[in-house]
Amino acid sequence: MSHSVELADIGMTFGTTRAVSDVSFKVEAGEFFSILGPSGCGKTTILRMIAGFIDPTEGRVLIGDRDMKGLGPNQRPTAMIFQSLALFPLMSVRDNIAFGLEARGVGRAERRAKADDLLRLTALEGYGDRMPGELSGGQRQRVAIARALAVEPGVLLLDEPLSALDLKLRQHMRAELRALQKRTGVTFIYITHDQSEALAMSDRVAVMSAGLLQQVATPRALYDNPATPFVARFVGETNAIPGRITDVRAGTARIETELGPLLGRAGQGAAAGVQGTIYVRPEALMPGGTENPLQAQIERVDFEGSFALVHGLFDSGAALTASVPSTRLADAPVPGHRAAFGFQSAHAVVLGDG
Amino acid sequence: MGDLKNRFGPGLSTIFLILVLFWLAVMVLAPNLMMIDYALRPNLPPAALGGPDDTYSLSNILYLAGEPTHRAIFFKTIWASGLVAAVTFLVCYPIAFWMAQRATTGQLAIALMLIIIPFFINEVLRTLAWFIILAYRGPLNAVLMNIGLIDAPIRWQGNGGVLAAMVYAYILFMLLPIYNAIESLEKAQIEAARDLGASPWRIHTRVVIPHAKAGIATGFVFTFMLAAGSYVAPALLGSPGSRWFTEIIYNWFFEGGDWNRGAAYALVLLVLCLAVVLITLRLFRVNLTDVAK
Repeated sequence: MSHSVELADIGMTFGTTRAVSDVSFKVEAGEFFSILGPSGCGKTTILRMIAGFIDPTEGRVLIGDRDMKGLGPNQRPTAMIFQSLALFPLMSVRDNIAFGLEARGVGRAERRAKADDLLRLTALEGYGDRMPGELSGGQRQRVAIARALAVEPGVLLLDEPLSALDLKLRQHMRAELRALQKRTGVTFIYITHDQSEALAMSDRVAVMSAGLLQQVATPRALYDNPATPFVARFVGETNAIPGRITDVRAGTARIETELGPLLGRAGQGAAAGVQGTIYVRPEALMPGGTENPLQAQIERVDFEGSFALVHGLFDSGAALTASVPSTRLADAPVPGHRAAFGFQSAHAVVLGDG
Repeated sequence: MGDLKNRFGPGLSTIFLILVLFWLAVMVLAPNLMMIDYALRPNLPPAALGGPDDTYSLSNILYLAGEPTHRAIFFKTIWASGLVAAVTFLVCYPIAFWMAQRATTGQLAIALMLIIIPFFINEVLRTLAWFIILAYRGPLNAVLMNIGLIDAPIRWQGNGGVLAAMVYAYILFMLLPIYNAIESLEKAQIEAARDLGASPWRIHTRVVIPHAKAGIATGFVFTFMLAAGSYVAPALLGSPGSRWFTEIIYNWFFEGGDWNRGAAYALVLLVLCLAVVLITLRLFRVNLTDVAK
């Protein structure tokens, strides 16, 4: 059983601080939905409003089309996984998992059976009698997930639960979370400041900045068609070259920059005569490319394994980041030398600065 | 030891060690050994000291066992001290929880001030204040009669008065350990329990109290020991029917002139208090080292 979650014109003010303004979006039942933003952007506030720990000062939260106003966290069909996990350290893993059932008055035998099912589901068989302190980070993570799933929530709320894990484990847990979400069909709302995490796991992502919703889209659309300059810079790496838009025709914008005229797809706010910026992804910049030619001074080349990142300065002084697949490292520019780059217009987007 | 030396140098750490040993030997061990010595000897006129009658025996302790009034007061003191500890806990737990988890910084400062300031005043004076409040023609009776709750004044002094004064006197010793314990509980744990559907009662019994166990045990131990050894509150606020065991010990020393029997009584009280403390700690599954923290 999974539920949709809808936020309608949500606003939240703490004292004199405006944490969230006019946020509206709908998460479909069974969706893996992420809210992405830098710390302090209001994403945790939104999660806590969905969970029922705080009530929005404006707007409504609907879960499964039911208005949640006045309902506490224990009365909502949601379960939350906390950033710190908040496992109960003095209870065994099994008692932790069964806690929600215990609170609902489920009998001991049934609790045990259910907890054992969840231990199996989260690959923790045999750990039921351990204490949380005796488990590794990844195992504790799974206990927290099992504990939340035990109450059969329609919506699972996850507050940056992977942030404490090391990189390898984090990548492993991403896949596990994704698989678990597919298997259970529960709606996941996942908070993160790590854009690669959001892109890798989610069906759709909402990007927030300073309490405002910037864009809600699929990971692919966010990356290829950022709606605002914030999204263009925050999601993934980008080369931003400012200029004045001189012409918009058939979805293509022409922008006059210090590096010469460049062509890109016309995005939001792109109109002839306004100040704009063209955003080019590092992988779109081709060494030696002739379309949209650019000159740059190369500073260093960081080898990252499957690719290398080329850092330098355009002639205008703006920073350059280009990524070159390792298989083509032989063509890569040399530090200390000048190099020419180009990109296809279809791989760049022009946005108005407004 | 090496740690001490590394931190403070050989000179200062030797002084520390000597002071600690002095304190242990002269302030702790010697008086207690003297008391045990007294307790086991008969009460003799100065001339007979060291004579053939001056032998060790348990007669002073057995006297307590054979004296029904004293025995009754002894056991009453023990369970009444337990009651004081329990009531103090009931009063302090909600306050401690509020202070540790709910209060804003400003509220916390005010609450701590309100709780600590009365302790700047001498215990005897604070007990005297209760003496005045609870007096037969005192303010409490006047207020209760004025609002029509009672028709005639109530004689509060006695068991009720002693309980009230002791609970008040020992609040700090219960409150602070519990506050410290609950303060270290991560807020997310309470939220997680709530999110999983737990009632407030269950949140406290399953999450908060188990976490605060050591603090609660510490508070119990402090309060119990202080209550069992209390003299001022029962002496000022008690009635003949609410005598405290410390009053009998006092009487043996300063009115009966029988220091040996007084020492024996004090020894029995000490031993039983220790037993109660150790049993409490065992029941709470807490170590003495946890209490010391």
